[in-house]
Amino acid sequence: MPTIFIDGQELEVNEGENVLEACLNAGLDLPYFCWHPAMGSIGSCRQCALVQYQNEEDSRGRIIMGCMTPVTEGARFSLNAQNATQFREAVVESLMLNHPHDCPVCAEGGECHLQDMTVMVGHRDRRYTGKKNTYRNQYLGPLIHHEMNRCITCYRCERYYKDYAGGKDLGAQASHDHLYFGRHEEGLLESEFSGNLVEVCPTGVFTDKPFLKQYSRKWDLQSAPSICTGCAVGCNIAPGERYGKLKRVHNRYNHEVNGYFLCDRGRFGSGYVNSDSRLDYAGIKAADGSFMAVPQQQALDTVADWIKGKNVAAIGSPRASVEANYLLRELVGDKQFNAGFSDSEAQLMAAIRQILKTTKALNPSIKHIESADAILILGEDVTNTAPRVALALRQAIRNKSYQLAEQMGLPKWQDAAVRNLAQDQRSPMIIVSAMDTRLDDVASHCLSMAPDKIAEFGVAIVEAMAGESTSNKQAIKVAEILQSAKNPLIVSGASMQHWDIVNCAVAIAESLCSKKTSAMLSLCVNEANSIGSALLMPEEGPSLAQLIDNSPEVLLVMENDLERRLTKQQMQQLMADGTQVISMDILENATLGASDLVLPVASYAESQGTLVNMEGRAQRHFPVFEPSAERLSSWQWLLKIGAAIGHKKISKLQDFDQVVAACAKSHADFAELTKAAPDNSFRDRGLKIPRQTHRYSGRTAMNAGVNVHEPQQPHDNESPLAYSMEGLNRDQPASLTPYVWSPGWNSNQSLQKFQAEVDGPLKGGTAGQRLIASTGKGATKKATLAAVEMRAKHWQLVPMHRVHGSDELSVHTDEIAQLAGIGFVALGVAVAEKLGVTEGDGVVVATADTEVRLEVCILSRVAKNCIGYSAGYKETLALEAGSLATLSVAENWQRRQPQMIATDKVATSPVIGEGDSAHV
Amino acid sequence: MLSELRTMWEIFKHSFTRADTVEYPEEMPYLAPRYRGRIVLTRDPDGEERCVACNLCAAVCPVDCIALQKDTREDGTWYPEFFRINFSRCIMCGMCEEACPTYAIQLTPDFEMCEYDRQNMVYEKENLLINGVGKYPDYNFYRVSGVQTGFKDKGEAKNEAAPIDTKSLLP
Repeated sequence: MPTIFIDGQELEVNEGENVLEACLNAGLDLPYFCWHPAMGSIGSCRQCALVQYQNEEDSRGRIIMGCMTPVTEGARFSLNAQNATQFREAVVESLMLNHPHDCPVCAEGGECHLQDMTVMVGHRDRRYTGKKNTYRNQYLGPLIHHEMNRCITCYRCERYYKDYAGGKDLGAQASHDHLYFGRHEEGLLESEFSGNLVEVCPTGVFTDKPFLKQYSRKWDLQSAPSICTGCAVGCNIAPGERYGKLKRVHNRYNHEVNGYFLCDRGRFGSGYVNSDSRLDYAGIKAADGSFMAVPQQQALDTVADWIKGKNVAAIGSPRASVEANYLLRELVGDKQFNAGFSDSEAQLMAAIRQILKTTKALNPSIKHIESADAILILGEDVTNTAPRVALALRQAIRNKSYQLAEQMGLPKWQDAAVRNLAQDQRSPMIIVSAMDTRLDDVASHCLSMAPDKIAEFGVAIVEAMAGESTSNKQAIKVAEILQSAKNPLIVSGASMQHWDIVNCAVAIAESLCSKKTSAMLSLCVNEANSIGSALLMPEEGPSLAQLIDNSPEVLLVMENDLERRLTKQQMQQLMADGTQVISMDILENATLGASDLVLPVASYAESQGTLVNMEGRAQRHFPVFEPSAERLSSWQWLLKIGAAIGHKKISKLQDFDQVVAACAKSHADFAELTKAAPDNSFRDRGLKIPRQTHRYSGRTAMNAGVNVHEPQQPHDNESPLAYSMEGLNRDQPASLTPYVWSPGWNSNQSLQKFQAEVDGPLKGGTAGQRLIASTGKGATKKATLAAVEMRAKHWQLVPMHRVHGSDELSVHTDEIAQLAGIGFVALGVAVAEKLGVTEGDGVVVATADTEVRLEVCILSRVAKNCIGYSAGYKETLALEAGSLATLSVAENWQRRQPQMIATDKVATSPVIGEGDSAHV
Repeated sequence: MLSELRTMWEIFKHSFTRADTVEYPEEMPYLAPRYRGRIVLTRDPDGEERCVACNLCAAVCPVDCIALQKDTREDGTWYPEFFRINFSRCIMCGMCEEACPTYAIQLTPDFEMCEYDRQNMVYEKENLLINGVGKYPDYNFYRVSGVQTGFKDKGEAKNEAAPIDTKSLLP
């Protein structure tokens, strides 16, 4: 480790890092703008200036940029030399020349890196008397607000959006002091990761639009460490609440999971928590079919009365916490408990559970995925099913450029130089899918095949790798690519609901393992706690079909909309059977409507629970605020129900920690569940971790409109966090970091004060606990390829997941619903031409049992005999993956008005003013 | 002995001097315009609410007695949806006035705020807002600051040049 001197102070620094990183690691405050730990240095803002001296005698030195200067043994620098501090102040002064001075009405105010740096360098008075440049803003869709006047031209947005996230439609325009960052014309930002611009931009050019509608300052938000429930990746988030409303979701750093970035579903998809269709009170269905609100105790008494001594079955949920599912299983017993997957998914999840437990391949964290140097994706549109993984894959393909840079002796953080060196050379990424995926643009090979053919192709790859003769040249090529890699990664998943594809992915990964040690296998699953539910799925439990056929006297449904799991006939059968259905959920849905008794459940933001992500990492989310009305967490309802009926085991459990301990004790898979986060007894210097900032305002006025006598702050007796300002948000375990703030660093850049070192894990370690350790015996099963028999003029239905729209809960957020649009069928150009339809027209998709009218979406590559349909949309719930369908043009179809969405694609009629001529 | 006599003399003398106290409330004392009494929200010279709901007053308040929520008008300008001061907690320190970037919140020389019911000490926006500019007759934040509003386009704020044409190559 080299030693450098900063202002005479001797520092041991890491080999290969730059001086800015060295300073930040040493806890020194060196201002910066354009450098970002995940994106490296380009030296464009000139803010991190220091003085470097030739040797001990040199007293003049020269100004260098910290982020562009590698550390060398014995190098001498000064942070506080007068010319360095003057230089840094002058840089901020010039950045402020065009600043609109609108901080009071800027959503970045109070968490603005530009404000922090301006204060840090000591710039105060404006000397420039000339006029300020101004810019027109753009409409960038419902998620991002644009205010170009605030720009300091650091290029972070463009580098993030284009270079890091692979977006195409945002960039720098014009030149010299006319520089502009935006789209070529107004319209929705197409990237699924556009929301990160809010956090990447050091000032207020890009701000969170939904948050702006109900804005509160950062210091006024009550936050808690939480986990995104949008998909199975389990990104760590920090939602903020004020006045009983969930205001926004910010990224919470987890070194091994999401790092600095979230997808737009995670960031903007929590609006449903404030939805009007939330349940407030328990309800009992009256004779006329309407619900009558009843107090909590009456509801509990009724439930106890109904289920005591009866034949009770229960359906759990892969979007509810481990604890809630565990209690439900205990309540009704293994033989009456269904984990809540649809029957086809349940089989697949049982298989995936087995794979994760036994595979020879490495089950990677997202951080690990970024180290892959060859990627094979089988059947999965990762950007839409596990978005944050796709962002990691986009970084993994840069490993080629890092290899080249290493040969040249270039450090990895020299971002512009590394990109320049590599040009278009990327690590290979092979995508085998039925149709377009959102990673096609960076893939080295894209192959379109029907789901069955993908499995066949997988078998051919395994054969080719084993040296068996195969006629499939593409498979041989893919096998060669994978075998020549050091860290090959195979990605597949449950979204196609096709067991053979997953099995082939395992086979490929494991046969790579036999030659190399570190092949990785990442399997995407559908919901936030899919793996947790799979681990809790009893071997002898009934399938949904069996459960309905048994027609239990009472059925308990927890946080599960059965309309998404059952066929229409099954649903009708269930309702006609005279089974008393008790369901508990967050939002109104078809299952609640058909139930006899409903219980209102707290959302993830109001409750505590553990979710197991796709890699098997158990992570805990804590309540951000107290649930209003009579909502309770599912596990709280179940504890109360257990106590009301005097259940032997459950009535002994009093609080959350006891539930966790009981679960850890009774299931070997969850033995380490208690390590997911500290329990209620955790104290830091005698106090719990505060959810509120030390500057939380309005405490004696916020409720004064109702009653001037201030209510006592709610007590949190279940978690190590307090609804309070008291306590320290410092040095705690990583899973208990509600927000980041450090003196002088009000923006999210203060994260570096929480990291053990720049871009490293947090000082408190890494949040979460991996539950599944593979035995390494191997999980490959001999593939029995069952191909769907094709019929003339029929197409095979392939599910297409969408970031905005496929998820059950987030789509109840206004902005997400707007982006989701309506259910669609995706056709190849040839099929569309044959039918005579264009994008936006209507088509009737008819399967053996149902017929639906859907909007047409046209794709550039579609496998033969396949059509895609929007999975998880309410219009397409009746469609089943893999079934055959016929197509006909829908009559009387009303085209939707062209949206301000993906303007590049939507053909809008040109507006022709007087004297203008239309462009030809 | 001498000292006691002197004291009695001094007290006797005071019987003939003018009283410093006044017969409040019959006689009102003079309070300087900068006296820190009841808080008001003022309007800008154009008659609009000055408050832009920036939350700085609430943040600086040492007793946390100010609560507000930002909302947006149709033209994009910010204003407080509600603005509440709990005067039963207020210590009239004037820090909110100092923090206010728009001269919206001002303290007045009125201190007569006694109530029998403490709940009446909670003032909402309609109780706080006055129809005047208070101590600062000229200032309108939105005319100075570089944000687009209903009455001014980009480039029309103080010291601003017309919006840049990004398609032009001219300097």
